[in-house]
Amino acid sequence: MANTKTSAVTNTMPSLPGPRADSIGTGSRTTRILGVVLILGIGLWLFLAFGPSGPDIRIDGTSGQEIGQFDAFRLIYVHVPAAITAYLAFFVTAVGSAMVLIKRSVWWDLVAGASAEIGALSAALTLITGSIWGRPIWNTWWEWGDVRLLTMLVLFMLSIGYLAIRRLEGTAEERARRSAIVGLLLVVNVVIVNRSVEWWASQTIHQNSTIAEAAIDGLKAFTLFFSIVLGVGLYVWMMIHRFRLAWLERQFDRFGLDDALATRRAEATTVLDGRDPHGRDRVEGERP
Amino acid sequence: MLAEVLLIAGKDLRIEKRSKIALNQVAPFAILIVILFGFALNADRPALTTFTPGLYWVTILLASVLAVHRSVAVEAGEGAREGLLLTGIRPSSIFLGKAAALIAQILLVAVVLLGAVIIFYDARIDNGVLLVTSLIAAVLGVGAAGTLYGALLGAQRARETVLPILLLPVLAPVLIAATRAFGDAMGTVATDGWAWTSLLFSFAALYIALGIASHGVLMEEN
Repeated sequence: MANTKTSAVTNTMPSLPGPRADSIGTGSRTTRILGVVLILGIGLWLFLAFGPSGPDIRIDGTSGQEIGQFDAFRLIYVHVPAAITAYLAFFVTAVGSAMVLIKRSVWWDLVAGASAEIGALSAALTLITGSIWGRPIWNTWWEWGDVRLLTMLVLFMLSIGYLAIRRLEGTAEERARRSAIVGLLLVVNVVIVNRSVEWWASQTIHQNSTIAEAAIDGLKAFTLFFSIVLGVGLYVWMMIHRFRLAWLERQFDRFGLDDALATRRAEATTVLDGRDPHGRDRVEGERP
Repeated sequence: MLAEVLLIAGKDLRIEKRSKIALNQVAPFAILIVILFGFALNADRPALTTFTPGLYWVTILLASVLAVHRSVAVEAGEGAREGLLLTGIRPSSIFLGKAAALIAQILLVAVVLLGAVIIFYDARIDNGVLLVTSLIAAVLGVGAAGTLYGALLGAQRARETVLPILLLPVLAPVLIAATRAFGDAMGTVATDGWAWTSLLFSFAALYIALGIASHGVLMEEN
């Protein structure tokens, strides 16, 4: 992390939520249980998606030929959860940004940042799977006439910009407020982008009503529903870990280095010359 | 309020008048891009004429990034930003003044560039009123958003790389709308240019409002 500013030495950890200060990882019992459940879920998801949910094959009413998206349809079980997760993640970032400005809260800043990273990842996954799907179905990797495609792309680019802003120098408080302002500005901007692109592309070829039209029913519908639940579950799991990592990084920035230096120095010098670990004259009653 | 705005804008424009950065560096850079597009598109006159609106506005956006850098750099060193705050001028006036000066400089570049595309790309102007109105509307938006995000980044060392990746996607709606409006004005696309111009004005109004609202916080941050 770029921020190497350190504050005064202190041995009292602030009462922020997160793992214990002496824990090495970001895991806890909750995340481990959630992780195991998710791994089992991924197994079931893979099985359902590749197996019994089946390809999309319909019989054309007039010609009697097989039509549909065939196996490419199975990408929906990645594409739709990723898109929903991306929107959810950016929504959480927006809420977090507002809360930072309202409550001056570190917690919300870390939530906003963690969520934006996962959101960027999900948006990228949405774009990539959509592109792979579009090649056989729309016969193109990229469709310029589609509003949701273009909005997601601009959203992804803006999230990259937001993450760059988060890494700028400054104190933690400065960075939090600056990021929060950008976060809220970008929300407004996404709305304008969506409107203008909609106007520009004028018509969309996106699968507006795949669920109605492509006969998603039975096991297909369940698999889709299950994949969305799994996607949100993965988001929660990643959020917890990413948040805790960010929190630990922040602790390290604030206290870690000072504490480590102080401890090492204290071992060597305090008893010998009665000076504190920083070499200053010790004030009566002050802890080294 | 107006006096303060004019004071700030006048300061930036006086600096520009003496340094001539916009005129001697940003405008030539913009013309250079127009010439490079000519090489890249193999000097295909019909293609260049068809794509003039898009090429023109991409060029303006790239040149605007430079202009924004310059606008921020004026206050980047020697505690000039703190000095500006200590004058007691309201942050909203500082924003409007800086934006006005930036808009004036981008307009200057835009006019020079318009001459360049007429010469190099055979651009024709069918509807001069629409062209000028949409040009002003688009530059208002670019200047307002540029000033806002420029202030946000302030004297940051990473400004040069972060500003483009933040500002260019933000300005995507301006690019779309201005290209469409110019397409109508230059007779290359059949569309309602005035509708796009109203979108440009909306974008500009929104960013001016956002800038006025948030500039106080931003100025103190960096």
